[in-house]
Amino acid sequence: MTAEFGHYALVLAFMVAILQTVIPLVGAHRGWRNWMAFANSAAQVQFVLLTMSFAALMWAFITSDFSLEVVTANSHSAKPMLYKVAGTWGNHEGSLLLWVMILALFGAMVAWFGDALPDGLRARTLAVQASIGVAFLAFLLFTSNPFVRMDIIPADGRDLNPLLQDPGLAFHPPFLYLGYVGLSMTFSFAIAALIEGRVDAAWARWVRPWALLAWIMLTIGIAMGSWWAYYELGWGGWWFWDPVENASFMPWLLSAALLHSAIVVEKRDTLKSWTILLAILAFSFSLIGTFIVRSGVLTSVHAFATDPTRGMFILGILIVAIGGSLTLYALRADRMRATTTFALISRESGLVLNNVLLAVSCAVVFIGTMWPLIAEAISGEKISVGPPFFDITFTPFMIALAMALPIGAMLPWKRAKLGRTMKPLWGMLAASVTLGALVWMLQTGGRMMAPIGVVLATWVVLGVVADLAQKAGGWRAKPATARARLAGLPRAEWGKAVSHAGLGVLIFGIAGLTAWEQQDIRTIAVGDSFTLGEYHFTLDAVEQTRGPNYLTDMGTVTVRRAGEVIATLNPEKRFYPVQQMPTTEAGIQSRIMRDLYVSLGDQQPDGTWAMWSWIKPFANWIWGGAILMSLGGFLSLSDRRYRVGAARARANAVPAE
Amino acid sequence: MRALLVLLVFLWPLAAGAVQPDEMLSDPVLEQRAQALDHQLRCVLCRSESIASSNADWAADARVIVRELLTDGTTDQQVLDFFVARYGDFVLMTPPVSGVNIALWLAAPILFLLVLLFMAMRFKNRDSAAPVPLTPDERDAIERLTRD
Repeated sequence: MTAEFGHYALVLAFMVAILQTVIPLVGAHRGWRNWMAFANSAAQVQFVLLTMSFAALMWAFITSDFSLEVVTANSHSAKPMLYKVAGTWGNHEGSLLLWVMILALFGAMVAWFGDALPDGLRARTLAVQASIGVAFLAFLLFTSNPFVRMDIIPADGRDLNPLLQDPGLAFHPPFLYLGYVGLSMTFSFAIAALIEGRVDAAWARWVRPWALLAWIMLTIGIAMGSWWAYYELGWGGWWFWDPVENASFMPWLLSAALLHSAIVVEKRDTLKSWTILLAILAFSFSLIGTFIVRSGVLTSVHAFATDPTRGMFILGILIVAIGGSLTLYALRADRMRATTTFALISRESGLVLNNVLLAVSCAVVFIGTMWPLIAEAISGEKISVGPPFFDITFTPFMIALAMALPIGAMLPWKRAKLGRTMKPLWGMLAASVTLGALVWMLQTGGRMMAPIGVVLATWVVLGVVADLAQKAGGWRAKPATARARLAGLPRAEWGKAVSHAGLGVLIFGIAGLTAWEQQDIRTIAVGDSFTLGEYHFTLDAVEQTRGPNYLTDMGTVTVRRAGEVIATLNPEKRFYPVQQMPTTEAGIQSRIMRDLYVSLGDQQPDGTWAMWSWIKPFANWIWGGAILMSLGGFLSLSDRRYRVGAARARANAVPAE
Repeated sequence: MRALLVLLVFLWPLAAGAVQPDEMLSDPVLEQRAQALDHQLRCVLCRSESIASSNADWAADARVIVRELLTDGTTDQQVLDFFVARYGDFVLMTPPVSGVNIALWLAAPILFLLVLLFMAMRFKNRDSAAPVPLTPDERDAIERLTRD
């Protein structure tokens, strides 16, 4: 019964979304206030309906209602509760329902907090947002209905793919979706602005928090996925340039560009049409990402939903949304005139460079991801584009970005002198290069990865220090004055500092892990030991036990350094009988300077065990960097200017034109 | 292609992955070369995975062949050629710099240069948006209009 209730709510939400697309647009065009106001109530009703629908589906998963097709295909009564709940979005239908629910949530948030927005802009934004909802609700209802019942109810389900039964992955999709769908909000604002033919600082102030929120969520989502791959796939790989990873990475790159260019629109009232274009492209790449993942057009490790009719439907949405918005852009973009200019050396130019590098690197990822399709269409030959290609073509742009970042971040607006800006930075540059040279001399072997990475990482972090020092009044400022000045900095400044420092930490982690990893691969009998680096590993035991829905061989590995026990690791080799699938659970001890990583293989005919061991230096810095970056994003998001009260007070003080 | 390979040797992470203990060569230098090659070769039966990370039987066989070839004294390039001769360019994780794929390799630098060029032109145009001195024709026109 709850399933029918959820289905009914879904159909109602579809109807409401259609009305919400049409009525506010007409109202905004004719200037009818009550028609425009309809958008607010509709957005909230749509959100409530979709929440009820999603709750009904989740209830079916929690109670293991195997009369529903999705539940049978993706759940099992013995599955732990966490994964029953997470299983709601661990499949195509449920994940799409989550997608549209978040879409409606963001629409409702505009209705709740958007009092300060001009009526016309709000009505149009919500109408555009609803039109995206209409497309995806139609997709959901006509090709991927999660509430389809079975004729014959099976005794038990087919279980969720065991690789996905993991806390890291349980919450990875919701974060990614919050990011993807957050970009739908900036898209809706951009389209509304194109319809109105006007972009100003107030518009940018509304768009920036959404771009920021989307970027934060994508950062967290991608970091979670990467962390999951690191410990779950059994060999500590954390990035594969897999099409599905690229699908989430492209919107990340563009949303990073967008949130920087929106700053220029807000502060300097220029770069307007470029910012609009970025907003359109960022969401387009979210749609392309959804298309790649959902259609399985580029078969990849992730493609657990391969169905041509669904692919065609999304392709249709893609063509209408991207084609339509770009046409509108072409017609209206010339109306977005800048009211200020800037010199070649200025903060504006620095941010333009940031945008160019991020956008081009996104293009690189896009071309590389799609190339197997393109090349096959042109020459008929099948080729592969793997990690080596991306490493070579993508990395130079990131190196350039890291080199330019500290300078661009300190350049004054409008017109700047490079010599003046560089003054506090020369010392930092010298320190970074010295450290890099030191690393180069100390390390054995001629790999340049580590020294270059160390120079860049130190340069970015020290650049942040120099920036903060300058804001505090220079190194010679009195401590009390400096403290007061730093305390008085807006949260957005702190957000910038923390995020940029996070990028530095991330670069350092990548360089350190890639360059200094040590590995050992061997067959080992229980009781034997070996030495890797300064660590002494002993395989003490391998025991067979059972988990709630799997069997496992669990090893006990003791690690000693200088005779002292420093870690006991439990690598596992699990077998999930329902899906007939083995998985590895690595035994990992994480410390700031290094991870110890052990994974267990098959038992050999002679009774010994295959075992892989690694020392992975600075692995944690990769995710630490990502956490810092998103933390910086949150800091910036909590800046006073974005708080509802502040926005409202401002709107009252300065009446809209 | 050679330059690329040299670059790869410097940038490539230490090989890690699915290679089984019993497949490994006892000579550490040769084994390291083999593991680097594993990352260059695609498991043709898998979904976008190299033989270095795939657990499929095909990948295991391919890893053993790589090691046999290296033990016989073949160069890295000859090992890659051996696989390309049998499975085509599809087996390479890095598309070769030849034929249509040249477009792929050149796409990024060309795009970057084009964007820079575009920016530079816009910048120049905008600077010249400041009042331009009138041409003699225009001056004549003003004179004609203001004469009355």
